[in-house]
Amino acid sequence: MSAPPGQARLDVAGPAAPPRSNGELVFAEPWESRAFGMAVALADAGLFGWDDFRDRLIGRIGAWEAEHGVDAPDFRYYACWLDALEDVLVDGAALTAGDVAARSAAFAERPAGHDHDHADHAH
Amino acid sequence: MSAAAERPSPALRTEAMEALLVERGLVDPAVMDRFITTYERDVGPLNGAKVVARAWTDPEYRERLLADGTPAIAELGFGGPQGEHIVVLEQTDDVHHVVVCTLCSCYPWPVLGLPPSWYKDPAYRARVVREPRTVLYEMGLDLPAGKRIEVWDSSAEVRYLVLPQRPAGTDGWDADALAGLVTRDAMVGVATVAAP
Repeated sequence: MSAPPGQARLDVAGPAAPPRSNGELVFAEPWESRAFGMAVALADAGLFGWDDFRDRLIGRIGAWEAEHGVDAPDFRYYACWLDALEDVLVDGAALTAGDVAARSAAFAERPAGHDHDHADHAH
Repeated sequence: MSAAAERPSPALRTEAMEALLVERGLVDPAVMDRFITTYERDVGPLNGAKVVARAWTDPEYRERLLADGTPAIAELGFGGPQGEHIVVLEQTDDVHHVVVCTLCSCYPWPVLGLPPSWYKDPAYRARVVREPRTVLYEMGLDLPAGKRIEVWDSSAEVRYLVLPQRPAGTDGWDADALAGLVTRDAMVGVATVAAP
């Protein structure tokens, strides 16, 4: 039995609206959203053209597939995205090739709980 | 093996890259937050569903949409990155359209939001071109043997939006009610819109 049109009206504007309910989380992990937002903000600011980023993304995805095959289960799209973003930033001289690795290594040396060490943060 | 020999995690590298770019004045975290929030919360398949429902209920709009997608979509207020040139493909009794980006992940963000995992998956991107009927069957869409399948490969210039067929049993429904039936997968062409 189908409801009359008036009763079939759904809350299409709400967060649980049907077209979203067959979706999924947009980002699996927080860093993916930062990598996404960084690329879009940088392109929007004109630091690189989107097609230049896309070319680098195609290159990184293609390289992954050449190494692992298209049926490998552990494809990580945003890892390719992040590599492509670093590529296009190095191309444009916004970063040099070792910058991210060096800063990552420095961050890796931080003591555990580094982001909870504000002086006014009482425990 | 020592942990030091391993490549830093993508989370750490992302944090490092953002810190470097912020220090150099090249990116504003607040601008990043705005883009992230937009695509997490505001821009998604509901936009495309509204376009489809309007086309189902307004024949003149449907004509404009099929003739030139981008301006017709802009009439409903949707536009932005990855939506500069949207071509709308109409499903018919004879032809079924399905969309892929074989090289990466090009997708019409303003109407569908960001692509789902399966769209970016190497297996989908490789196989839907070679054996679309089998891939669609595996995704739950069993098309009649006589129906022609056309696979559209997104390019640097063009993004595609599929206009599904309106399901039976919806006579008299208004656009808001119809929009609630339209799924993302139907607008990529890996599903049809089921009758209510």
